[in-house]
Amino acid sequence: MPKIVAATGNEGVANALRQVTPDVCAAYPITPQTELMQRFSSFVSNGQVQTELVLVESEHSAMSACVGASAAGGRVATATSSQGLALMWEILYIASGLRLPIVMPVVNRSLSAPLNIHCDHSDAMGARDSGWIQIWSENAQEAYDNTIQAFRIAEHLDIRLPVMICYDGFIIGHSISRIEYLEDGEVQNFVGEFRQVNPLLDIEHPLSYGPLILPDYYMEYRKAQDEVASKVSKIVLDVADEFKKLSGRKYGLFETYRLDDADIGIVILNSAAGTTKDVIDEFRDRGIKAGLLKPRLYRPFPYVEMGEALKYLKAICVLDRSDAFGGSFGQMFLDISTSLYPYDKKPLLINKIYGLGGRDYLPEHAEHVLNELIEITRSGKVKAYKEYIGVRE
Amino acid sequence: MAKILKLRELSKKDVLISAGHRMCAGCGAPTVVKMVLMASDYPVIAANSTGCLEVSTCISDYTAWKIPWIHSAFENAAATISGVETMYRALKKQGKIDREIKFIAFGGDGGTYDIGLQSLSGAMERGHDMLYICYDNGAYMNTGIQRSSATPFGADTTTRPAGSAVPGKTEQRKNLTRIMAAHDIPYVAQASPSHWMDLMKKVRKALEIKGPKFMNILSPCNRGWRSRTDDSIMLSRLAVETCHWPLYEVENGVTKITFRPKQKRPVEDFLRPQGRFKHLFKPENEWIIKKSQEDIDREWEKLQKEEALFAS
Ligand SMILES: Cc1ncc(C[n+]2csc(CCOP(=O)(O)OP(=O)(O)O)c2C)c(N)n1
Ligand code: SF4
Ligand SMILES: [Mg+2]
Repeated sequence: MPKIVAATGNEGVANALRQVTPDVCAAYPITPQTELMQRFSSFVSNGQVQTELVLVESEHSAMSACVGASAAGGRVATATSSQGLALMWEILYIASGLRLPIVMPVVNRSLSAPLNIHCDHSDAMGARDSGWIQIWSENAQEAYDNTIQAFRIAEHLDIRLPVMICYDGFIIGHSISRIEYLEDGEVQNFVGEFRQVNPLLDIEHPLSYGPLILPDYYMEYRKAQDEVASKVSKIVLDVADEFKKLSGRKYGLFETYRLDDADIGIVILNSAAGTTKDVIDEFRDRGIKAGLLKPRLYRPFPYVEMGEALKYLKAICVLDRSDAFGGSFGQMFLDISTSLYPYDKKPLLINKIYGLGGRDYLPEHAEHVLNELIEITRSGKVKAYKEYIGVRE
Repeated sequence: MAKILKLRELSKKDVLISAGHRMCAGCGAPTVVKMVLMASDYPVIAANSTGCLEVSTCISDYTAWKIPWIHSAFENAAATISGVETMYRALKKQGKIDREIKFIAFGGDGGTYDIGLQSLSGAMERGHDMLYICYDNGAYMNTGIQRSSATPFGADTTTRPAGSAVPGKTEQRKNLTRIMAAHDIPYVAQASPSHWMDLMKKVRKALEIKGPKFMNILSPCNRGWRSRTDDSIMLSRLAVETCHWPLYEVENGVTKITFRPKQKRPVEDFLRPQGRFKHLFKPENEWIIKKSQEDIDREWEKLQKEEALFAS
């Protein structure tokens, strides 16, 4: 019997970690992740979970300890946000390059300077090319469900890759909402026993991890890593299927909302998708064919599937909660553009940057965007390809 | 307690770092590693920071390591091995592993005194059952002999070359062994490959103690020290006999000098055979040698006083 609770997103994810019971977890505080590892630590202190905690002196060491623990041969997790993820950056590439199935909730927060503790997606976007799988979550339920699925995906023998589960700091992390918990036994059955692959702790079969590879073979190694990424989508879908049988909740590579017959559409990640769906309903009530696509598997990015889902639209706005500085567009806009490039006939595309540093994303912002898309479909013209919204002039 | 070391038994032990690695002829580091691994009666798993030892011993598809070994990055050997050790404890608790295994991290002076100091300090404070070994060759050798905080006063390096305006390194060495002792961990020691029995005894002692241990081992580098390839062990002996590199240990806060030179030699004896100190023998740089000698004398006296404090 599932248990329905009112809990914060962080609490939900901490409970998912307790149910999975990693062998080793590394923890280091940073807002808005702190609550998650605090709650998990109290499970440890109260004997509610048998996990060895490593209370490191930095996120760099958190990820380094996770690399060591994972290579040693067991289930490993940590969590972070913002500056913490930035500090881990060097070791993120080592975790994926060594093909270590580490699971890490990332409670999304802006990056300094200026210092700001509130939500945007700059942190995880900065790590999108690090070779980690990224799964994004709209609400606390999704964050909980995705965390459980992440272990199955990461540890799949065909890929063995680390996974980040992203959800919005404060908006989801600290807000209390309804979460349906699976039973402990169900979660444990679902994730199964950890299967070791080349464990460092196997004294009888000594292995060297982390060699120097010179120009003679480095590129073949990288190509192999790229090929592995192509297997991820199918595994994510298979795991989602199994999870649906268990929970009744359906997950895919992305979620579409009233998109099938839509003329105009919004592509948006995480919590802001919820607000947008409400506004889309209002537009639909007025007879306007509006729809939404919310990416879930963001890395590896399902370019083909995404292009197929969006190619029929007349105009699309990609809303990015982060910006790729340097006269460029938001990161997701670049990915969606790439998805649509192969098609001769494709939608007109615009990019809006919203919600940086915790700036509220309001229904009126979605309305503004949809009205602009209507105008674009009428005139066939785009006034500005990129614009900041919800910002003072 | 570990059994007493006998040369005859040692000669029968496997050498766990194989020949054929690509470290320079005469390099001290593989000798240090060989002695450390030979000293252990237990299976060992090692982590290694980026540096000469790491890049020259595991170039794909070859490895010189006959034990499980992991290299992650430059500054995180301590954090990495702390993760391995934690997983070991977790799996042992669950009954999935029962063998006694020891965990050792090897880091160069750059990876230990400088960029890895935080990671080392954190791992020691957390109390992992591990031995951290710094092989101190006194500079960032792998990247081409740049100055580190372990570089001796006055030494010529590529980032502080001795020139007409600057006489080489203008700062004193960081006393890392003392910094580690100040962590109040159960065992800290300084060793040199010239005194191999002393070195191996210290490793054996360290491995018998539960908790975090640190050893600083002098590791001659003929490339960086500008010395003859067959002088490495002789130089490490001179470092000890001049008290530039005193051999001592701090066990549960108690300092003990483990080798006392019959006659303390002048620091010039250690400096003269090395090209990195050549400029110090010019008249205008005499003061550097004088200051080096004073620093050595002060530290040696301090150690003796500390030892006496506990002896009484
Ligand atoms: C974060 C980072 N900064 C710099 C480097 C470049 N680097 C690699 S090895 C090395 C020097 C290593 O010096 P040390 O630890 O003393 O070992 P040695 O090579 O002297 O044995 C440096 C600077 C690196 N790999 N990573
Ligand atoms: S440069 Fe020095 S430390 Fe590096 S391998 Fe050669 S002798 Fe050894
Ligand atoms: Mg060095």
